[in-house]
Amino acid sequence: MSSLTLALRPLEFFLTQYKRVWRGTAVSSVVTPVIYLLALGVGLGVFVDRSTDLPNGVSYLEFVAPGLLAATAMQLAMLESSWPVLSAIKWDRQYHAMLATPLRHGDILLGHQTFVAARVFMTAVVYLVVITAFGAVASPLGILTIPVSVLVGLSFSLPIAAWAAHTQTEVSFVAIFRFVILPMFLFSGTFFPISKLPAPLEAIAYLTPLWHGVTLCRDLTLGDLQLRSGLLHLGYLLMCCAIGLALARMTYRKRLVV
Amino acid sequence: MLHRGRSATTNVGAVAGENRHPLIEARGLVKRFGELAAVDAIDFDLQRGEAFGFLGPNGAGKTSTMRMIGCVSPVTDGSLRVFGLDPARDGVKIRGRLGVVPQQDTLDMELTVRENIVIYGRYFGLPRKELGARADELLEFVELTERANDKVEPLSGGMKRRLTIARSLVNDPEVMLLDEPTTGLDPQARHVVWDRLYRLKRQGVTLVLTTHYMDEAEQLCDRLVVMDKGKIVAEGSPRQLIERYSTREVVELRFDDSRPDDFSYWTDGLVSRVESLPDRVLLYTDDGDAASHGIHERGLVPDSILVRRSTLEDVFLHLTGRSLIE
Repeated sequence: MSSLTLALRPLEFFLTQYKRVWRGTAVSSVVTPVIYLLALGVGLGVFVDRSTDLPNGVSYLEFVAPGLLAATAMQLAMLESSWPVLSAIKWDRQYHAMLATPLRHGDILLGHQTFVAARVFMTAVVYLVVITAFGAVASPLGILTIPVSVLVGLSFSLPIAAWAAHTQTEVSFVAIFRFVILPMFLFSGTFFPISKLPAPLEAIAYLTPLWHGVTLCRDLTLGDLQLRSGLLHLGYLLMCCAIGLALARMTYRKRLVV
Repeated sequence: MLHRGRSATTNVGAVAGENRHPLIEARGLVKRFGELAAVDAIDFDLQRGEAFGFLGPNGAGKTSTMRMIGCVSPVTDGSLRVFGLDPARDGVKIRGRLGVVPQQDTLDMELTVRENIVIYGRYFGLPRKELGARADELLEFVELTERANDKVEPLSGGMKRRLTIARSLVNDPEVMLLDEPTTGLDPQARHVVWDRLYRLKRQGVTLVLTTHYMDEAEQLCDRLVVMDKGKIVAEGSPRQLIERYSTREVVELRFDDSRPDDFSYWTDGLVSRVESLPDRVLLYTDDGDAASHGIHERGLVPDSILVRRSTLEDVFLHLTGRSLIE
């Protein structure tokens, strides 16, 4: 039996579980971008646009919207791959229920991550619709921000799932959120170009998957995509996913096959 | 009927090949965690249709053995064959034919009782439309039909256990692995679980269970092994074990205040063995009434005397010098 067929089964479980809460998440996935865009794109944007010139006469709304899309994918991935993974191992133990059936740890990892990807996908679709309605998407290429967001999500959710399958307690999740996710959210080019950062920080920002995701999304919505840099961003994100997948396979095996 | 007719296409070949071999076969089976040998070179054979028990205290290696049979824990050393297959290579196939009731429930608290069974059936790749009817049938078997659409969370411990049993039957397993099926349940709930397991046994399902309750082992097991510190220390039917390692009856003496350190003066020639425990003294004899009468005549007056039949607890005590539940 192929691993993909088997991975569909845990995916079905997570979708069944999600059916119970989807209404709440649907509302928040519409409301969240509206609030951010009103506050930052429209509110703050008035001041920014008055005092600065972003490249190519882009408005701050157009600048910040695709960045928020990518950053949202990151945050959602963090949420979906931290507590839920540890819980499925330690508290609610759904992984152990699955392991007693034909499913293997690799199928479970794949199935769970497919669910995370699906969540990011749905959220990105809603986000894109909202920012388009705000007039922040200049190019039809903007539609490609959806798969890019999924990739951004996975480049975070895979290493975070790897960590969640390794750690014994949830305390580190708060630290990761505070010291990794939040700084990335603020300083990876979402709200201002990283060229404005001090040089050492700028160098670090280049290494974050989020910067690559933000930049790629922005180039797409602005219709400003260069093939070479586009492929570079894509390659970097894929590499992060690949490393994350390898790590997660390792920690899942170590934790679940004992 | 709960047990569906086995489809000839999938099982005929396998069964024909297996009848000559034990259903589960372990030789020199070892499970090590670092330095600790949780299971230390054990041998056992299990035949189709029997109810087989691993009896022993916590930490004896029962769960580790079960997890290896269940193909969720790799064998460290020795050989293990389940349905004639190797767990290291054919884990997916083997698990598809097992029903597992783990020590700790793994039910999903957020889903309904019925959803728990259906989604579990999906893990085995069973079609959704078959699973609806199957879930209803199983819920009826464990008497949870009325709770079918309730969440699992508020169910009592006994109900959750029954649901776990129902869930483990969804794939129509040939062998059920039950790891301490009634630990933590009140006496009434235990009897309901025992009754369901007994019915399954009568339907021809092979039961493998671990327990540290001697009464559970006596109730359910045709044959059992006693485990202690990773090793099998005795094997046989409950009756055989009692005959081999204990006497027919046991006299239990309790003393409120002081009691003698040495009982030989009162018991010599009357009983075959004396076991002195912190809270009571056990005298092993084939005639409990005669023995209690005899010590009384010699002038020993305990605060209470109880004559009872020997149990597996006594066997365990004799073999290991310790009680099953400490």
